[in-house]
Amino acid sequence: MSARESILAAVLSNQPPTSALPDIDAFKGTEQDIVSGYRKVFASIGGQVFTVKSLSEINFLIQENFDVSLRIITTLPALHQSGDGIELLSAEVSPHSYEDIELAVLEAELAVAENGAVWLPEQRMGQRIIPYICQHLAVVVPAERIVPTLHEAYEKIGVGDYGFGAFIGGPSKTADIEQALVLGAHGPISMTVFILDQTEQAVPDQ
Amino acid sequence: MTIGLFIPCYVNQFYPQAAIATLQLLRKLGVDVVYPPKQTCCGQPMANSGFEHLTQECNDLFVENFSRFDYIVAPSASCVLHIKDHLHSADDPALADSIRTKTYELVEFLTDVLQVDTLKATFPHKVGLHQSCHGLRGLHLAQMSELNAAPFSKPVRLLNMVEGLELVDLDRPDDCCGFGGTFCVAEEAVSVKMGKDRVQDHQRSGADYITSVDLSCLMHLEGILQRNRSGLKALHIAEILNATH
Amino acid sequence: MEKALKDHAALAEEFIKDEERVDWHDGALWWIRQKRDIAAKNIPEWEALREAASQIKNNVLSNLHDYLLEFEANAQKNGITVHWAADAEEHNAIVYSILKAKDINQLVKSKSMLTEECHLNEYLIERGVDVINSDLGEYIQQLDNEPPSHIVLPCIHKRKEEIGAIFHEHLGTEKGVSDPTTLTRFARRHLRNVFVTRRAALTGVNFAVAETGEYVVCTNEGNADMGAHLSEVQISSMGIEKIIPKKKHLGVFLRLLARSATGQPITIYSSHFRKPRPGQEMHLILVDYGRSRQLGRPDFRDSLKCIRCGACMNTCPVYRKSGGLSYHNTISGPIGAILAPNLDMRKHADLPFASTLCGSCSNVCPVKINIHEQLYKWRQVIVQEGYAANTKVMGIKAMAWTLSSPASYARIGKAGRWVLNNIPFAVNNKFNPWYKQREMPDGSKGSFGEWYAKNGRNEEEGKQPETTQTPDVPLTDMHHER
Repeated sequence: MSARESILAAVLSNQPPTSALPDIDAFKGTEQDIVSGYRKVFASIGGQVFTVKSLSEINFLIQENFDVSLRIITTLPALHQSGDGIELLSAEVSPHSYEDIELAVLEAELAVAENGAVWLPEQRMGQRIIPYICQHLAVVVPAERIVPTLHEAYEKIGVGDYGFGAFIGGPSKTADIEQALVLGAHGPISMTVFILDQTEQAVPDQ
Repeated sequence: MTIGLFIPCYVNQFYPQAAIATLQLLRKLGVDVVYPPKQTCCGQPMANSGFEHLTQECNDLFVENFSRFDYIVAPSASCVLHIKDHLHSADDPALADSIRTKTYELVEFLTDVLQVDTLKATFPHKVGLHQSCHGLRGLHLAQMSELNAAPFSKPVRLLNMVEGLELVDLDRPDDCCGFGGTFCVAEEAVSVKMGKDRVQDHQRSGADYITSVDLSCLMHLEGILQRNRSGLKALHIAEILNATH
Repeated sequence: MEKALKDHAALAEEFIKDEERVDWHDGALWWIRQKRDIAAKNIPEWEALREAASQIKNNVLSNLHDYLLEFEANAQKNGITVHWAADAEEHNAIVYSILKAKDINQLVKSKSMLTEECHLNEYLIERGVDVINSDLGEYIQQLDNEPPSHIVLPCIHKRKEEIGAIFHEHLGTEKGVSDPTTLTRFARRHLRNVFVTRRAALTGVNFAVAETGEYVVCTNEGNADMGAHLSEVQISSMGIEKIIPKKKHLGVFLRLLARSATGQPITIYSSHFRKPRPGQEMHLILVDYGRSRQLGRPDFRDSLKCIRCGACMNTCPVYRKSGGLSYHNTISGPIGAILAPNLDMRKHADLPFASTLCGSCSNVCPVKINIHEQLYKWRQVIVQEGYAANTKVMGIKAMAWTLSSPASYARIGKAGRWVLNNIPFAVNNKFNPWYKQREMPDGSKGSFGEWYAKNGRNEEEGKQPETTQTPDVPLTDMHHER
């Protein structure tokens, strides 16, 4: 008998009588103040957040806040096209060729207000390694794609058609040494979110 | 109604004054109380040590002694919890079940059955409430800090009826004292360290007395207090609720 | 006596000798428990979430056979190679054979308590495969040749000066450097080189979704991803109980996991692996190692609901004051004490007794495992199976005999108090563990039974106790000065 057969047989014979799945559809968040809620949570876990009205504003903030003499890549064609040394990411080359990127600028599929996380299926990453290997990560989040909780997030994600997808909730961190929080463990040292709010009344930054 | 007074073995031997105070308090509140003299023990020390299979005779004795009463009341949360969870009878399961439902710890009896609103008691001292784990998490005498749920406390409600009494705030209101039955000797180092930390919390808060619904906790804390010649004293809640000077 | 043979009580006693360290360790874990409380109280539906998670896991255990088949089929459709391992040895052999087939002799690992249970690292190193634990805490423990003491916070028991010394000895940092940021940055640079050069990466699994054949790996450091996305060969090891039925259930579990573990709203990285990268091999190993046996124990199967958050360890006063290494099992603390006896009852017979049954653990558990009740039940099993110490058996049998008969109880009780009062030396000496650090209770006042016989009866004799004979006993009399 193979391990597979013996394990399955043991499980079948030992498992208890069926108990029903609970209905979890009642769990939901509120849409109220969702953008300010997202901003507050993301800032509280060590992220940097800007609210902008256009991609050119993002370009400007990148020039201001990052060392553009170093390698910056993006998956957003418009950002690449606006010049200023932002490279367009290629899915064809080896992931190892991105070991030296300083900043990666990606766009989120959605973001979650209750925990500040963005959802990036691999199609939004360009390559899977990108949001982890860069020294700094920046993510554009269209305001209308912010949802209240993970329940709404998974509703939108559904089964999905990605080979890899991830929630990313801030800069990488560790507190393994005497519980002292250090940002920048193995992943990016910082994470910046640009909330792209193209409605008429864009709310000023906190 | 007639109450059968259940006095745990170690309370009987070492803390008779708490038993006396319980009896007197209940009688003051107009309750008819009887102490069946042939009672022994609920069997908890053995059961918690893994010897539940030896407790049938304790169970039978308990049923025999207490079945005739309307309620059974004890100044001990841990013993009451044990009865509620584990009392069983091979001969008459229904009888054992009915006894379990009418067994109460003193504070919950005063709050839930007698529904006491005022107490003629005076105790002008600073008091720290040590929340016995069996009382708190087992009998739900108060809300535990782990849960996201509405606060309430039966012991605090009663203590607030005592004139002059000031309850102090603790750093850790429901951390365990470390008694734990035979744990207190089998894991002596951890047990004492836990007790010392509780005592220091009460000392920092300025309490004159530590009170609780469980004398096992108090016996353990008192042992530490006395070894360290502390001015802090341990006192069962019945003695406070019955105090008139 | 070798460290491995000492029981929890002995190891705890050693740990507690350094009282300053114990206070620090206890304080650190209590702080994390408080952060959990803040996070939990921020979610009005927290208790409902716990109940839902508990019921989902109950359903999983009751249908585990079919869910395993469903998961396997979907994972295979996605291009993942699925393996099955009945025990630790089989698991380790599978990992080795996967690496050998590609001529790989260097592996980078992210956190997997399962592989720690299986002693994978030792197995591979013996066979010429170099393994590096990339989670910072696990890396520190690896350098120090010590297992992790906590499943989430592997070196919570170490001071930063000790960690600095380990870095100095093994990695060449400057002597005396202990600043956490400096040390972390050093490890970042050092381990980055490991990530970009190793061809194989191994991860654990937090949740495996039967519905879609994907699995989720949660980290704060990003190390699982750094290893996986650069690797040619990715291996993930999971206990068979880590299955969840549907994708949407991740919403419930991911809302509970990090908040319960550290008070964070979510781990920084929650990576959903479904298909290999083009040119990459992905392997998933389903491991039993005692889990199907535990599944067959009605009183203890709920322990398999565990999502390895560590909240029970953070809240447990015994754990905080004795440290994870005193539990001599990979999974320590309250959950370890109900899992370990299933693996080796003789070796771990002491663990269910390393508790006061305070119940705090059960009430922080995100999946509502009745840990403290299982601890009580394991005690009964361990005694019945004959693993209780002989002295304890004799003592308890004597107690049972005494307490089963009122007459012998009255006799022994009185004799006990007489001993206390008249031969204090006989009891108040160094052979009585109670007496080591506590005074004995005072037995000089006579029993309540005796008092009642004289003063208390009214019903049987039809008379009220006279107030002059039974005043409220003044409190000052009751506290015998010593």
